[in-house]
Amino acid sequence: MRRRIEHPCRTLLAASALGVALSAGAADIGQIKVAKGQVAIERGGQALPGEVGARLQAADVLKTGADGSVGITMSDNSLLSAGPNSILVLDRYAFDPTTSQGQFDASLQKGSLAVISGRIAKQSPDAMKVRTPSSILGVRGTEFVVSADD
Amino acid sequence: MTRVRDRLRGGLAVALLSAFLGACATQTGTVVLLPEKGGANTAVSVRQGDQEVVLDKPYAAAHPTTSGPRAYTSSPQEVEAQFGAALKAQPTRPASFTLYFVEGRDEFTDASKQILADVLSEIAKHPVPDIVVVGHTDTVGSDAVNDALALRRAETVRAMLVGRGLSSASIVTVGRGKRELLVPTPDNVAEPRNRRVEIVVR
Repeated sequence: MRRRIEHPCRTLLAASALGVALSAGAADIGQIKVAKGQVAIERGGQALPGEVGARLQAADVLKTGADGSVGITMSDNSLLSAGPNSILVLDRYAFDPTTSQGQFDASLQKGSLAVISGRIAKQSPDAMKVRTPSSILGVRGTEFVVSADD
Repeated sequence: MTRVRDRLRGGLAVALLSAFLGACATQTGTVVLLPEKGGANTAVSVRQGDQEVVLDKPYAAAHPTTSGPRAYTSSPQEVEAQFGAALKAQPTRPASFTLYFVEGRDEFTDASKQILADVLSEIAKHPVPDIVVVGHTDTVGSDAVNDALALRRAETVRAMLVGRGLSSASIVTVGRGKRELLVPTPDNVAEPRNRRVEIVVR
């Protein structure tokens, strides 16, 4: 009888601990792993240096200069890398590492981008989308490149 | 007579104009599907309004234009010329490893001790590694017991990695208990392959 009462409590504790862990980590959706030349992160109107190791958040805008390139790894293992003179927006990102369910919307406003999709696209085809000013790419997998002319 | 000729001339001009516009539909970008290492089925759809092109073969490509996506076949040379810099900035691919544990304990099996060396050499390849350690158990015992055991196993791996000089902040540990079995079994089955920790190095 004692054990039966104890179980739900423990489960609840574990669940709330997990909830805290998830919400604490929710802000970080990815990280800059490679950066060359001029790279900046725009977040809420502020320009931050796009250095190797910098953590990324949803709605961040990555900009590269004429000599710049940047490579990022997302928490679902997606890899995105942009060439020179590029503007990449991480519009929307949600990922549940337990179920691999999620949604990833990015847009390449200009420049060039190489993508290796990760667990989100693998779990649900079309849960990952990359927009350019003229088109919408539905990502069923896995490796592709896209450019958007000025 | 003149009127008919005018009308003909007008019609010709419209036809020429639309042919001209069609041929010169301005290209607004490029999309190329690249070959998949494992040879798995992959595809990317390119949609503009109600027009869609699906790229599902290596180097299948499309140019979005002002009059919809135009399909063509690209080449490794074209991809390198246009996307070389972006491809060169691609981060090291995430790698995952599985370590197995002795039943009911947070102690590695002997075979898994050797895999640790591989984990450490993979970590060395990542300039700013972030590591996810996910502990699992077999189905012997309650969820509460297994969740705690799974987390303890993950923490054992974290402590080991920190002992080798990794920053604790770069390691996330998760205990999944018996929810994600590698080998599906009924409840209360001792299955060595389910007693594991997955390490993802990103």
